[in-house]
Amino acid sequence: MSESAFEPKIVGFLCNWCSYRAADLAGTARMKYEPNIRIIRVMCSGRVDPTFVLKALSLGADGVMLAGCHPGECHYIEQNYKTIRRFKMLKHTLRALGIEEERVRLQWASAGEGALLASAINEMVDQVRELGPLYWPGNWADNEGSQDAIQALPREHAEAMEVPA
Amino acid sequence: MTEKVGVYICHCGTNIAGPVDVEEVARWAKENLDGVVLARDYRFMCSSLGQELIQEDIKNEGLTRVVVAACSPHLHEKTFRTACSKIGLNPYLTQMASIREQVSWVTEDRAAATHKAKMMVAGAVRRVQLQEELQPTEVPVNPNTLVVGGGIAGIQAALELADAGHKVFMVEREPSIGGHMAQFDKTFPTLDCAACILTPKMSDVGLHENIELLSYAEVDSLSGFVGNFDVRVRKKARYIDEDACTGCGICIEKCPKKVVDEVFEAGLGYRKAVYRPFPQAIPKFPVIDRDTCIYFERGTCKACEKFCPTEAIDFEQTDTYLDLNVGNVIMATGYDLFDCGKIPQYGYGRLANVFTSLEFERLCNAAGPTEGHILLRDGVTEPQSVGIIHCVGSRDKQHHAYCSAVCCMSALKFGHLVMEKTGAEVYSFYIDMRPLHKNYEEFYDRLLQEGMHFIRGRVAEVTDAARLPGEDGKLIIQAEDTLIGKQRRIPVDMVILLGALQPRFDAKETGLKFGVSAGLDGWFTERHPKLDPVATMTDGVFIAGTCQGPKDIPDSVAQGAAAAARVQGMISKGTVLIEPIVATIEEARCSGCRICNTLCPFNAIEYLEDKAVSYINPALCKGCGTCVAACPAQAISGAHFTNDQIFAEMEGLLYDVIGSNGATVKSPQPALEPA
Repeated sequence: MSESAFEPKIVGFLCNWCSYRAADLAGTARMKYEPNIRIIRVMCSGRVDPTFVLKALSLGADGVMLAGCHPGECHYIEQNYKTIRRFKMLKHTLRALGIEEERVRLQWASAGEGALLASAINEMVDQVRELGPLYWPGNWADNEGSQDAIQALPREHAEAMEVPA
Repeated sequence: MTEKVGVYICHCGTNIAGPVDVEEVARWAKENLDGVVLARDYRFMCSSLGQELIQEDIKNEGLTRVVVAACSPHLHEKTFRTACSKIGLNPYLTQMASIREQVSWVTEDRAAATHKAKMMVAGAVRRVQLQEELQPTEVPVNPNTLVVGGGIAGIQAALELADAGHKVFMVEREPSIGGHMAQFDKTFPTLDCAACILTPKMSDVGLHENIELLSYAEVDSLSGFVGNFDVRVRKKARYIDEDACTGCGICIEKCPKKVVDEVFEAGLGYRKAVYRPFPQAIPKFPVIDRDTCIYFERGTCKACEKFCPTEAIDFEQTDTYLDLNVGNVIMATGYDLFDCGKIPQYGYGRLANVFTSLEFERLCNAAGPTEGHILLRDGVTEPQSVGIIHCVGSRDKQHHAYCSAVCCMSALKFGHLVMEKTGAEVYSFYIDMRPLHKNYEEFYDRLLQEGMHFIRGRVAEVTDAARLPGEDGKLIIQAEDTLIGKQRRIPVDMVILLGALQPRFDAKETGLKFGVSAGLDGWFTERHPKLDPVATMTDGVFIAGTCQGPKDIPDSVAQGAAAAARVQGMISKGTVLIEPIVATIEEARCSGCRICNTLCPFNAIEYLEDKAVSYINPALCKGCGTCVAACPAQAISGAHFTNDQIFAEMEGLLYDVIGSNGATVKSPQPALEPA
């Protein structure tokens, strides 16, 4: 497969109140954008556990977009601030895992910003297309037992964290 | 999987069927997705025939789950949920895939669109099988209502409800209700005297048997949920016994201390240390201002106490707290005027004869400091020319990007009043004239006829530095007249700045207190900008008037009445259904770490000391899911958005990568396959 034929798969987590409505608006206004994003609706960007992002990447997504209301505009008052904090932590983790920063993106989009969301999606798709496929770890399937190893990680982590009595 | 899933692909005329091969999507879903027992495509799923199709299949084929791939769930989720529940399928066992807004309308390539639609259907099919039956809970509604703010919007809301026979508690921060409207002289475009139309409504509020007016009071805290809010109101000490006071006003007369009235008279007039903001104040009881009263300052005076015929003065009074229980809350907390001093080039605060719109209202008002004479700051000279500057702080990215909605009409009103009372020349400097309600354009026409001058252009500066003959002793307004493309210098005696309407200085705190969010500009956010303009994200809390955004009196009144109608609806129904999309804590898993406790802005999570676990009050929970994501023990689960449901949707959306059973397929990833 030539590099140019690579079409990235992006999973998007969009909050119900602003960014999902921005996606609605982009649709209503017939703004064309790249078809590579597949959107999951959550009530708030605060619902997005950073492990969702890791899970998506591990399943074979090449990038993940988190979108929410602008800071200060959250429909749950302040929950997107928690998203900001978690996103920072997530980036840190991804760096440690050797995953390029451009593969995850936190995008604010109010219900009126369909154009902004559409252009952010295009920009992200371009960036990830440039980076190429993420061979991690969803694409290790030929490497026998990798799934088991991944599943075992949280357990090992928990054991490591245990304080001896 | 034991679930029987029915998949319905909507054509939406050609909206979806044009860019997406809907037959192919249906065929593919039936052949490839586990659990799918039938997949149909149909012209309009939302039509009654489309809905019947689903209902027939539920009945005849025994469907246990329904997926509708059509428009955004914000449009028709409710439609399909209702259709399913009518035939006995729990409404939360349906799922929509937004293949119109997210696919057909935004994707150019038909093959790519069809492929994306398939993936979205796969996501919905995987997810729906893990969805659980949910039941909304029903709670009774307390018929009492709290109205916060006694401006025209709050007054209207309170009267509507009280006239319908319901008890209303009205809390007003100032000593009297009336709000900004009480300060105005005339109202546009009819030039009705503001007080003449407002004060009857104010006294209706004061006298109404169903309204308990709590003036000079503020809401201290609000807890509870729709139908059942606990409110604590702080009644600030008036130092006057309301039961004994007759409102005769002798105390005001005898008080030796005069202070500038910054609130009602906008700094132009004076009041006493014991005062009523204006003669028609409701309630009639005065207030002793602790900060300026001589007795509180030096420990002697008590002139008011000596002369009060009913011994109503009580210097020992303290703030009292009142606990109320109400079913609904209407917030009508109003606006503040933009601080015009923030635009120094317009000279407010530096050049004496630059006035704000509110100051001019008082200047014009017969009950105001000049008894209605339009005079310069010296108090004797009538202006011979007046400049009115629009959009001061509005439509200005440095301050407020929005249009304040009322200034154009205020300018016309001011122009008319100035010309009528003084015969002065009036110049209006506008960006765009926006007289956009009934009879407003006609009023603009009238002012054009009356000879008011309109100059289109934003004013660069107001200065007293004379440069040309005829400018000595004048204020010179420098602006570009964009219609003739020339710079103009207009010397005037008086300048009126039409300051922006901006959110109350404490709107943010107030919003937090009531669980109401605000937009970037600080106005409270309605539930839906078009279809639900007075409800908020917090059930049972409504907003009306300018706290939601700049608007004029008729719009404020309409919103006040609208909010009252919404509340009345809740009261007549008697009970309210609470969305079952809430988080719950599995006690056995909860370690009592309390990480979640501080995350909830609605205070829905409490810590149960006896069990050493946290507990989520379902009536307070709004279902955002932030705590679910935070729980290190995964003890919290968010109904309808569980981890498993979200993972399943993710797996479905990535069907082309991982295949049907969740096992990862080999790399490299295939490109979008042609349909």
